[in-house]
Amino acid sequence: MVDNKLINNLKDIAIKIRKNILTATTKAQSGHPGGSLSATDIMVCLYFHKMKHTSKKPDDPNRDRFILSKGHAAPALYACLAQSGYFPVKELDTLRQLGSRLQGHPERIKLPGVEASTGPLGQGLSFANGVALAGKIDKKDYKVYCMIGDGESQEGMIWEAAMTSPHYKLDNLCVILDHNRLQIDGKVEDVKNIEPVKDKFKAFNFNVIEIDGHNYNEILHALDQADKTKGKPTIIIANTIKGKGVPMMENKAEWHGKACKPGELDKCLESVY
Amino acid sequence: MEIKKEATRDGFGKGIVKAGSNKDVVVLDADLAESTRSIKFKEKYPKRFFDMGIAEMDMVGTAAGLAASGKIPFACSFAVFATGRAYGAMRLAAISELNVKIVGSHAGIGTGEDGATHQSIDDISLARTLPGMTVIQPCDSLEAEKATLALVKHKGITYLRTTRSKIPIITKENDTFTIGKGTLMMDGKDIAIIATGTLVHLALEAAGELKKQKISARVINIHTIKPIDKEIILKAAKETGAILTAEDHNIIGGLGSTVAEILTENYPTKMKRIGINDEFGQSGKPDELYQKYNLTKENIIKNAKALLRRK
Repeated sequence: MVDNKLINNLKDIAIKIRKNILTATTKAQSGHPGGSLSATDIMVCLYFHKMKHTSKKPDDPNRDRFILSKGHAAPALYACLAQSGYFPVKELDTLRQLGSRLQGHPERIKLPGVEASTGPLGQGLSFANGVALAGKIDKKDYKVYCMIGDGESQEGMIWEAAMTSPHYKLDNLCVILDHNRLQIDGKVEDVKNIEPVKDKFKAFNFNVIEIDGHNYNEILHALDQADKTKGKPTIIIANTIKGKGVPMMENKAEWHGKACKPGELDKCLESVY
Repeated sequence: MEIKKEATRDGFGKGIVKAGSNKDVVVLDADLAESTRSIKFKEKYPKRFFDMGIAEMDMVGTAAGLAASGKIPFACSFAVFATGRAYGAMRLAAISELNVKIVGSHAGIGTGEDGATHQSIDDISLARTLPGMTVIQPCDSLEAEKATLALVKHKGITYLRTTRSKIPIITKENDTFTIGKGTLMMDGKDIAIIATGTLVHLALEAAGELKKQKISARVINIHTIKPIDKEIILKAAKETGAILTAEDHNIIGGLGSTVAEILTENYPTKMKRIGINDEFGQSGKPDELYQKYNLTKENIIKNAKALLRRK
């Protein structure tokens, strides 16, 4: 059943998040808009629908957790946290500035709502396994979501961790691969191909679901499917577009780690869809 | 009376089993449970023990996630892998201020036959350069057991360095163990020998010999290399005027370096570092290697006398 009202509501939030990402990175004149925008629709589905969490109690032991392994997408995470009430939306303007709680890459000790310090790529999945393992030990029913990148999957540690999650039958873990196919130096397939990534995770004994990472119906359905899978972890391979929702940034590797010029911001914000 | 000998890794094994009475304690190992002695915990608390396979980065990263969820994880491997192979994960856990306990056994060239690849002479250096890290190396099995239990109560990221070979138990059952406090093992006024780990008992033996030759040597055991007990070091410098350090680690970055940093800034004193002289080890029996690389009672005595001549 497609819940159009829910989806339209989430899409409206996504527009706000994308604008927050553009504004914050432009103010900072640095940061990573491309990979933040590709991850936005999935993160919106998690923070504003799927996950049980509240800004009133960021350390609730029963909360669902989101671990952003591709920590450079921090602007998207910060925007979701701010729009969820973890801190004032206005604080997004301090991104990457001296003394800010909004570090260039997320730091759990600085900002409420940030579950894991990430940024050095490849490390978030191991951390997520640890959180999921703790949930199993304590017999808690919280869910752990971990977003990894496709360029990030060139890190060996991802595959060490990918052996751990099925070995310990972490069905309380749902990994999401933001498969936008671009990294700093160009196309992932040219820099160092990770394909066939779907087969790789299948071979590692994950429940694998492939979706269009910008189709809300597919995202929501996949997240529900992950809940139903018992005895093994799920990975959602989300085919995404780097820079999604901002036409001039779409599918361009150059927008991986570059902010738009202050003079371009208004035009850019207007173009968000 | 025969002095009882035991490896510090065995002390960890005993300590971690006792620590298991705290239900939050969990233990991870990277396929070396028998060697690190974490197997003792596995035998008693199998549900709180996790084999992580030969994947040290993943082990420490997983430990970080466990710590963030309220557990007290001990992540164990050989010292060379627990620090070097897992450095990125250790660094991120330190940035995250997580309560992760890294345990590296088989530290130093005393590891023996496995050779240079498995002999960590750089692990103290790697660990102590990380802000917020606590670095501990016990001098005997009894102290290792107490250190393990102290780590359970201590909040923050720590590195516990243990060793493979059996060494004399030189501390006493009722000696207190306090993280960050050096211990005076023998008093003396002419020179102070500041040692850590396997070199402490050798320093004591050297001091005994020196005494016979009318040289009064103080022996200080530094089990906590970071945060180090500055007070006991500066007091020794002021009262003896000559400092000799001894460790099974590169003289760069370990205890000797730490002591030199403190003295240089606070009370410049004649000193000499005994340790591995910036070279890798090789295969051999631990005793042979200690002879070859001059980690001996005789070399401590020789250097103490040379230092006294410079006073």
